[in-house]
Amino acid sequence: MKKDKIDEPTGVETTGHSWDGIEELNNPLPRWWLWTLYGCIVWGVGYSIAYPAWPMLSGATTGLLGYSTRAEVAEQIVEHEQKNQGLVAQLIAADLSELPATSDLHRYGIARGGSVFRAQCSQCHGSGAAGSKGYPNLLDDNWLWGGSIDEISTTVAHGIRNETDEDAHFSQMPAFKDILENDDITAVVEYVISLSNTEFNSDLARQGETVYADNCASCHGDDAKGDREQGAPNLADAIWLYGGDRETLTTTVKQARYGVMPAWGQRLSDEDVRAVSLYVHALGGGE
Amino acid sequence: MAILDKHAIIEKSPTLLLTFSLLVVSVGGLVEIAPLFWLENTIEEVEGVRPYSPLELTGRDIYVREGCYTCHSQMIRPMRDEVERYGHYSLAAESMYDHPFQWGSKRTGPDLARVGQRYSDAWHVDHLIDPQSVVPESIMPKYSFLMDAKIEPEHIEALLKTHRFVGVPYTDEQIQMASDDFYVQADPEADYDGMLERYPGAAVANFDGQKALTEMDALVAYLQVMGTMVDFSTFTPDASR
Repeated sequence: MKKDKIDEPTGVETTGHSWDGIEELNNPLPRWWLWTLYGCIVWGVGYSIAYPAWPMLSGATTGLLGYSTRAEVAEQIVEHEQKNQGLVAQLIAADLSELPATSDLHRYGIARGGSVFRAQCSQCHGSGAAGSKGYPNLLDDNWLWGGSIDEISTTVAHGIRNETDEDAHFSQMPAFKDILENDDITAVVEYVISLSNTEFNSDLARQGETVYADNCASCHGDDAKGDREQGAPNLADAIWLYGGDRETLTTTVKQARYGVMPAWGQRLSDEDVRAVSLYVHALGGGE
Repeated sequence: MAILDKHAIIEKSPTLLLTFSLLVVSVGGLVEIAPLFWLENTIEEVEGVRPYSPLELTGRDIYVREGCYTCHSQMIRPMRDEVERYGHYSLAAESMYDHPFQWGSKRTGPDLARVGQRYSDAWHVDHLIDPQSVVPESIMPKYSFLMDAKIEPEHIEALLKTHRFVGVPYTDEQIQMASDDFYVQADPEADYDGMLERYPGAAVANFDGQKALTEMDALVAYLQVMGTMVDFSTFTPDASR
């Protein structure tokens, strides 16, 4: 290979490669490009010394800076917690039912509770908290297990009918398909409809009233206003969790419902439980 | 340098070029992949992680078949925003029995690494049948057909054996009982003590509320175990690794 051959028209040295008489010029690489390349190599070596990089026998090199993603995230969480330390301590100590809505602590609780709600609760109760079939609306003043701050916070912390928390609210409506005749079920459904609707078959409803008194009143009350002690819903207020039409009510009576809510006290910190309770209480229906 | 002038020899011989290319590429593989097999800190030792129960494993196959991973990752990264939203960051050990793993960072839907026990079985069923019925703003497709797809443990022993072949420590007893365990996990009235002994912490329920055992049962059983095997109230991961 002849390296020193000069291409005559351009006066540039050739590489000596030749294909059918076509030769390759040996123009130097642009300086800026070359130095960027060298710079990257030097930086790469430095980086692999400063940060965890090279695999050794039992572990990788840890790097001179001692960086670790885990340590970093722990640090960030601590830093964030320290910033809110005072407010969190107040939130835990405060009597939430007495907390004035204009206080800074209340505002903090609502903001914190709102973000907890959107991350954890909105999947069932809806991002606007209006609920959906089987998942209660939290905006109204109709509560299954109580609507005071303390009651809400107990429900949030322990949940309903779950198997992970012994203190979860628990009650179970019997499935009446094995207990009542179909005619009686039709009648009692008509009676329940008559409590909140103007269109109903009055003969059937009258018949259902006796069935109701014998089978339903012990939990839902003689006046059908429900019983929060056992999460028995009010049947006289035209608010329905699963639906108030004849077909849905018949299914409800026949098969019973068994709504489950997880125990959030097992996942969330105390301050998050308190904050989200404050938030739900302030949505409109808090007592 | 004289040796650098000899590249024409390699360039003119396809066999040589291929051989040397392969050698160069394997260096990258050796440096990046091979150490993971001997480094002691690749997978930290964690208490509680167990192989999936037969029903969970079947559910996992449905999860993979339906391509859930194209929208949902199963890897909570060690970053504050992710830890605050999804829970404790994922540990390597938590997916050591996953074949294939479901890691990722592209999230069209939320990360599911810790979705287990976060919602009720009924919610999962409602949500899979019609996601918009509970989350109106969701763009997830409907999977209502899972309710009608009946399943039987026809190939379950082979499935467990296949997983054992690639390193999941299923015992002979687990493989022998696979078919039974498959049924009892979805039947709260059956005798499931043995199954729970083999697969501690497995959720036993009639997940979809139907008499028949369906793909919905299997998928919900899998969803409800995700990220629940390690008890972070008693286990503290290494502060730095």
